[in-house]
Amino acid sequence: MPTDAADVVVIGAGVVGAATAWYAARSGRSVTVVDRGSVAGGTTGAGEGNILVSDKPPGAELDLARLSSGLWRELAVEVGGFEYDPKGGLVVASTPAGFDALVALAAEQSAAGIETVVVPAGGLAEHEPHLTPSLAGGVLYPGDAQVQPMLAAARLLRAARAKGARVRTGVEVTGFLRSGDRVTGVRTSAGDLPASTVVNAAGTWGGEIASLAGVDVPVLPRRGFILVTEPLPRIVRHKVYAAEYVADVASDDADLQTSPVIEGTEAGTILIGASRERVGYDRTLSVRVLRALAAQAVALFPVLAGVQVIRTYRGFRPYCPDHLPVIGPDPRAPGLYHACGHEGAGIGLAAATGRLIAQLVDGERPDLDVAPFRPERFGPEVAA
Amino acid sequence: MATSPYDVAVVGAGPAGLAAAAAALAGGARVALIDAGRQPGGQYWRHRPGDLGAVADLHHDLRTFRALVAGAAGAVTFPGHHVWTMSGSAADGFVVRSVAGDDPRGTAELAARSLVLAPGAYDRQVPFRSWDLPGVYTAGGAQALLKGNEVLVGRRVVVGGTGPFLLPVAAGLAARGARVVGVYEANGPAGWARHAGAVARVAAKLTEGAGYAAALARHRVPFHARQAVVAAHGDDVVEAVTVAKLDHEWRVVPGSERVVECDAVAVGWGFTPQLELPLALGVGTRVDADGSLVVEVDEHQRTTVPGVYVAGEACGVGGAALAVAEGEIAGTAAATATTGAGPAAVPARLRRRRRALRRFAAAMHAVHPVRDGWQTWLGDDTLVCRCEEVTAGEVRAAVEDLGATDPRTAKLLSRAGMGWCQGRVCGYATACLTASACGSAVSALDLQGVSERPIAAPISLGRLAGDAGHTGQQ
Repeated sequence: MPTDAADVVVIGAGVVGAATAWYAARSGRSVTVVDRGSVAGGTTGAGEGNILVSDKPPGAELDLARLSSGLWRELAVEVGGFEYDPKGGLVVASTPAGFDALVALAAEQSAAGIETVVVPAGGLAEHEPHLTPSLAGGVLYPGDAQVQPMLAAARLLRAARAKGARVRTGVEVTGFLRSGDRVTGVRTSAGDLPASTVVNAAGTWGGEIASLAGVDVPVLPRRGFILVTEPLPRIVRHKVYAAEYVADVASDDADLQTSPVIEGTEAGTILIGASRERVGYDRTLSVRVLRALAAQAVALFPVLAGVQVIRTYRGFRPYCPDHLPVIGPDPRAPGLYHACGHEGAGIGLAAATGRLIAQLVDGERPDLDVAPFRPERFGPEVAA
Repeated sequence: MATSPYDVAVVGAGPAGLAAAAAALAGGARVALIDAGRQPGGQYWRHRPGDLGAVADLHHDLRTFRALVAGAAGAVTFPGHHVWTMSGSAADGFVVRSVAGDDPRGTAELAARSLVLAPGAYDRQVPFRSWDLPGVYTAGGAQALLKGNEVLVGRRVVVGGTGPFLLPVAAGLAARGARVVGVYEANGPAGWARHAGAVARVAAKLTEGAGYAAALARHRVPFHARQAVVAAHGDDVVEAVTVAKLDHEWRVVPGSERVVECDAVAVGWGFTPQLELPLALGVGTRVDADGSLVVEVDEHQRTTVPGVYVAGEACGVGGAALAVAEGEIAGTAAATATTGAGPAAVPARLRRRRRALRRFAAAMHAVHPVRDGWQTWLGDDTLVCRCEEVTAGEVRAAVEDLGATDPRTAKLLSRAGMGWCQGRVCGYATACLTASACGSAVSALDLQGVSERPIAAPISLGRLAGDAGHTGQQ
């Protein structure tokens, strides 16, 4: 097996690992990506491909999302081939109180540099003709976009390969090479891979990788289902979701939460989410969840009642207790960087995450302060 | 609408399902029988409502069919019901959820203590140039139109592919007045000589085969061994096909191509068992001799999941007679298990019959393999997935360019199998093309990746949502 040392070993061939590999390879680093499964076979392959600025209140994550949405726009040109669609998001409220809260949030987001357009009830049909007329109003976010997430990961990896990166799927990381505290590579099912830097981009499984290095990064799975309809002429133009979605994302409740998130795709299918449950890695199909998703979709778009669902898929979002991702070097294991725990926003935040990691590895000043995402923030000294 | 659970829910009313229902009833069980068709009989005994007489000559062994229907008469039937999901366990009971095809609001949810799944199989398809032209049918599709609707797919028909099923299809078309311009069997029937023992034990199969051969001779239908339909031609509909001789690996023998005029083509390459329901319950599977993913069953047709039995093509393609034997064994075992008694030994008569028929099936698979050479008939622009219009070149690019190493990833990167049919038509071809591009053989895991469909039949959002009020049994 090859023993040539890479500058960077990236663990995980999902979208975050792919973006990291791309930016590191582009800045001249030799990169090897390893994944125990296939390209985009984990959470990336189970997502909708959202690049959202609408669903985050002002703060560190919104800053990250803003940076990332700009980078995705560049990647769509520089790499391309992953169905980048800057279609915009439309958040709707069903009650006057909900609309007021939404407008207040939009004002804060606007102050943080996000483009927002308040749409009164009477104006909704102009943006989404098939929406139920019973809504109180909404806010349009022209900055929201979508990509086909698996293609995005695969295209970024392909572009990284063109710059010399190696991608080794079906190779499982079983441990770390160490020199004192320092991480000097990984042990894998296909032999040792020495590297001066190792990036943990293992998504939902990032906590397990961290523990192989003897450090604690609390990433846990939060299950979600998506319904996919038969292909149709475009009847849903934006990503449309209910204002409650923002609260669900931030919720600490272990029980099921569902809020309607509906969007059309380039392929003509309509994707319907979103559910959140903390049930570990249980892959069982939940009829209760599917029913709730369908009921909410039909309530928002009555025209969908006669539309056939042909597929469903589930995935496990990687969430951390404070709902922020883990990005940056781990002082407890020098040489190890983390880029995981993005919960349901991994596709959207991947570009910025990859870029920041590449900058940090290069010793450059990152585009954004990564302190809020530092991996040791959950450590005992924080909790104490 | 919580009702007390059925002892046995049988899904599928073809040969295996009917036999299972009849046997379970005979064993004293309370039985539900659910089937997508309006009439019992499945694909094998397909017929128009109340009109079996009109197509009696196209059918085989109607005596068995009538006996099974009579035997299954005590079951509570759910005709026209498509099962879209099932869940549960032997300990907590199973729930089978279906949608009624004709009734826009119709859904059913029934509880059962055990399940016998007899979902059957559909034509295995291999793509070829312009196979998306109207006038190109599957062999089973042409047969279904004839038996179910008494409709001929064309006046001048080419039949091709491999397997003994091509014979009744050609004979049926000829009997109803179509000119069958040729049967193109990609393998050589001489292979049967090596399996004389397996055939001799199933005399009925020999008689059946001889009957079809005689019928084809009577209608002057030429039979061409080691030849295949490798391309279709036509502007808006099929007007001709290219047939060619094949070498041992199924590559076209150069210079052997001939254009044959026709207005319809019926092709079949064996069968693909319908596995979404068994897979949804997590049963163990294996790759059978014909390259199909099938359910693993024991002596009593029990799967690796307690309380779940599978009979018929889903545990190995072998024809209706084998399906009936397996159905009877499964139905009996399910009834005895749920009425309290332990499973009794399978009667020697059924055991012997199943063994002989499985040997025959193994011989059939050995004589009629599908060789990888079909992939050389395809251009990069040949469609593999007709729903999403994905070409062979795009499937290969998903591997060579985008790094897919398994058919599921190739599917998600190329959209092959993502459309209306959810890969039922192109899943096999996508798995083969992906494996070839990776330089590996198709594995059970590969096939599982293109066979799992957590929603086993389309259901409208309105129906799914409308159900939200009553969750029924937990």
